Order: sequence, then C-alpha cells, then structure tokens
Amino acid sequence: MALDQSFVGRTYPPTDPYEVGREKIREFAESVGDANPAYTDPDVAKALGHLDVIAPPTFVFAITFKAAGQVIADPQLGLDYSRVVHGDQKFAYSRPVRAGDRLSVTSTIEAIKSLAGNDILDIRGEVHDETGEHVVTAWTKLVSRAAEEA
Amino acid sequence: MTAQIRFADVEVGTELPARSFPVTRATLVQYAGASGDFNPIHWNEKFAKEVGLPDVIAHGMFTMAEAIRVVTDWAGDPGAVVEYGVRFTKPVVVPNDDEGALIEVSAKVAALLEDNRVRVDLTAVSAGQKVLGMSRAVVQLA
Repeated sequence: MALDQSFVGRTYPPTDPYEVGREKIREFAESVGDANPAYTDPDVAKALGHLDVIAPPTFVFAITFKAAGQVIADPQLGLDYSRVVHGDQKFAYSRPVRAGDRLSVTSTIEAIKSLAGNDILDIRGEVHDETGEHVVTAWTKLVSRAAEEA
Repeated sequence: MTAQIRFADVEVGTELPARSFPVTRATLVQYAGASGDFNPIHWNEKFAKEVGLPDVIAHGMFTMAEAIRVVTDWAGDPGAVVEYGVRFTKPVVVPNDDEGALIEVSAKVAALLEDNRVRVDLTAVSAGQKVLGMSRAVVQLA
C-alpha cells in the first residue's frame, strides 16, 4: 500500500544529545580496520587542526539512523520495515564529528515516492552540536519492496 | 583541515591508490557491535536465506566505510571529506569460510571544483559485481 504523501515535509522533534566518545570512535575505526591515527591519537588529530580525535566519515550514520527510527516506527506512516532495504546514503559535512560532541538530530521526510509497487522514502537528518552549530546532514533513502503476489 | 594533497597537483583523471578490503563473518559481527546495526541478514545465514538473499551480506554502511578509506588515506586528513554519497546497487555476499569476500575499491578525480575542492568518483567491486553506484566524494585539498 502506497505511503501517505501528506507526510512529505514532516519534521520530527530533535533527538536527545548523543555524546561522542573517543573509545566509541576507536571501536568503530577498528571494526572497519581503519588504522588512521586521526581517529585514535588526539595529538595527530590536533596537528591536523581538529580539537580532538575525529570520527570516520560514516560513523555518524549510527546516530542519524537511530533518529530516523522515529520516522520508520511512526505508526501513522505505516512503513513495513521488514521489507525495507537501504537504497542510497549521502552525507554533507560542515566539519567532521569529533570526540566530545553532543549531537542532536532533526529528521525530516523529504520525499515519498511509489515506483512499481515499491515505497521509496527519503529522510534528511540535520545534525547539530550543543552550541547549535551544523555538523553534518545525512540523506537516507529507504526502499520498502512490494510484497510478492501470492 | 590539512589535506596533504595540493589542488594544484591533481587533474581530472588523477587516480588514487586503489585498495582491497577483506570482509569475513567475524568482521561483520564486529561491525554490527560497533555500529549498533544488528539486522540478522548480516550474521544469520538461515535468516538471510529466508528473506531471499543468497547468503549473509555485508552491511551497506560497512562497504561505504571501506570505500572512503581510499579517499581519506589519499587526502591524509579524513576531515577533508566534505561530501560523500553512494547508491547500494548489489550486496556484498560473505560466505562462511576463512576467506570471506573482498571489496576492491578504485577512485579517480572526476572534476575540479571551486575553493580547491575536487570531486572523486569511486568504484567498488566484489566477486566481479559493482556493489556501489553513484559513489562520489567531494574533498577539500590544500
């Protein structure tokens, strides 16, 4: 069943701040096998002009996707999450995420399309730090595949 | 930010050093823990096959994280990446053996932009299949 177009443009309340920890960044970098010292050594990060260790570019997805859960789980929207696949992902950074950040995400439904029975949902997550400065915008495209005919 | 590559030293077509990234079931379990994405299609073969997949597949975000390493290693400062986007075209299938799968990533400068920025186009292949489409990053060079 096609999703309700009237949800396009809906913005959800900002999430409670997520506090980015050095050890969480280290854990993430290790999980992708990335030994870049900017992720683990504050002195290296500072030499590059950052205030503390920075996170790999895709680290922030864990935070924005959790925030997008508000949209995905909205009972009024009625998305069948068991049929959802991740279609596209894009980030635009004002600056890298760094240890010590307290990040809040504001999610907006940017578009809803129906193509060949598939529902396509575009969610934009605007990530700000505790001072209100923009850090990164994440665009997530989710595709809910059409149920197969019996 | 202090990228170690100078804008003046690149041109359209400049190739970045290509890399290959191995991924095994153990890698996926580790990534699931670090990222918080515990979807069973990434670790439970029975579940993956029940939903129509050939086998356990890597997280798309894992593949995306590996691909950008070609850019962050080249630039020197990972903070030089100002935009990064991909389309997940094919899954990376990860068999339950010691070898797992290989994600092969190449990249080249596709456009010179304003303010010493360049657009880098990435190609990611696994088992002969292109696994990322429209994979592009904008990088701030020195």
